[in-house]
Amino acid sequence: MKKAICIPLFLVLGFFAQQSPLWAKTLPPQENSILPDFQLPIPANADHRQYLGLKGKGFFKIHQIKAKAVIIEIFSMYCPYCQREAPNINKLYQRMETDPQLKGKIKIIGIGAGNSPFEVDIFRKKYQVPFPLFSDNNFTVHKCLGETRTPYFFVIAAGPGSTQEVIYSKLGGIKDLDSFLQTIRARSGIK
Amino acid sequence: MKRYTLPMMVCMLLFSFSTTSAQTHSEAYKNNIYNPGILKPVDSKLKVRIGQKAPDFSLPSLTGKKVSLHQFLGKKNVVLSFVPAAWTPVCSDQWPGYNIVKDIFERQNTILLGITVDNIPTLFAWTNQMGHLWFPVLSDFWPHGKVASRYGILRSDGVAERALFLIDKKGIIRYIDVHDINKRPSLEVLVHELQQLPK
Repeated sequence: MKKAICIPLFLVLGFFAQQSPLWAKTLPPQENSILPDFQLPIPANADHRQYLGLKGKGFFKIHQIKAKAVIIEIFSMYCPYCQREAPNINKLYQRMETDPQLKGKIKIIGIGAGNSPFEVDIFRKKYQVPFPLFSDNNFTVHKCLGETRTPYFFVIAAGPGSTQEVIYSKLGGIKDLDSFLQTIRARSGIK
Repeated sequence: MKRYTLPMMVCMLLFSFSTTSAQTHSEAYKNNIYNPGILKPVDSKLKVRIGQKAPDFSLPSLTGKKVSLHQFLGKKNVVLSFVPAAWTPVCSDQWPGYNIVKDIFERQNTILLGITVDNIPTLFAWTNQMGHLWFPVLSDFWPHGKVASRYGILRSDGVAERALFLIDKKGIIRYIDVHDINKRPSLEVLVHELQQLPK
């Protein structure tokens, strides 16, 4: 009898789980929260491995990146805003790499939500993106980070213990690079 | 058996959460994307097949001029990209991707024609958020969905399927993908198929 009630109940709940956007959505990690745990493949590109301070093959976590703060851009090659923003983010990378006070201390990576390696590569070539981009073909990281719209920027710094703290979490482009970098420096304690 | 029923159902329920169709929304559209939820993957019966002459059509485009399939005969291969509707999740993140691979289409001497059953003003407002599109966008609004219907991809609710047709310079259909409406077709597969077409 119980089974007879439970199975239809399960089917009804399952149906709504599939249909309702309310059930599917969670908020992206906010500032001062702990970064959810996820991993990315160590880049095959030697320059990118060196930039991130990684060695070997396999997977890595954000805390393994050699930096005081890590900027994570959630993007998609299909996102017109990300396309328009790409030259600005390249400028941000150049700014950080040419500033002796920031070089090596703040690193940036991009994660292509729902993009295959092929699609990420198209974006990289089209906009000549110099920093490491990763494919998140199955939306694994995207789901972990609250299924954000794109582009979305997180900045991560070492938190209490071995955790990683979100020190910046914002939807949309970075309009003022100087102001953004000042904020990140202040929040991550970079002199 | 009885004591495994509830945990099993909980697992299945959790799985049903994890299999909701994932997608991204570009902030370019702000809060203007209407989410229809998960739809029946395909809701029409195809009326054309590979190897057959593609049915000709003439549709109004965003430029104000009509675009006909026959005008490309002997000149260019054609990709028809039907998407269901403006201002919906997957559609809004499909053509902007094609917009940055113009070089791939050109290398294969191929023109892309984007088609929906929306009217011109709606298409104008929607595609403006995508930046300047290099390919013609056509309206199959009136008679409503006539071309989609002729190809057999008009759904029962009046929108088109998410479908791709590759037509060679002789006007012959070389590839068809009537895709799950909830998912974006793989660009890699489309590019592979484009590369099979004679230039």
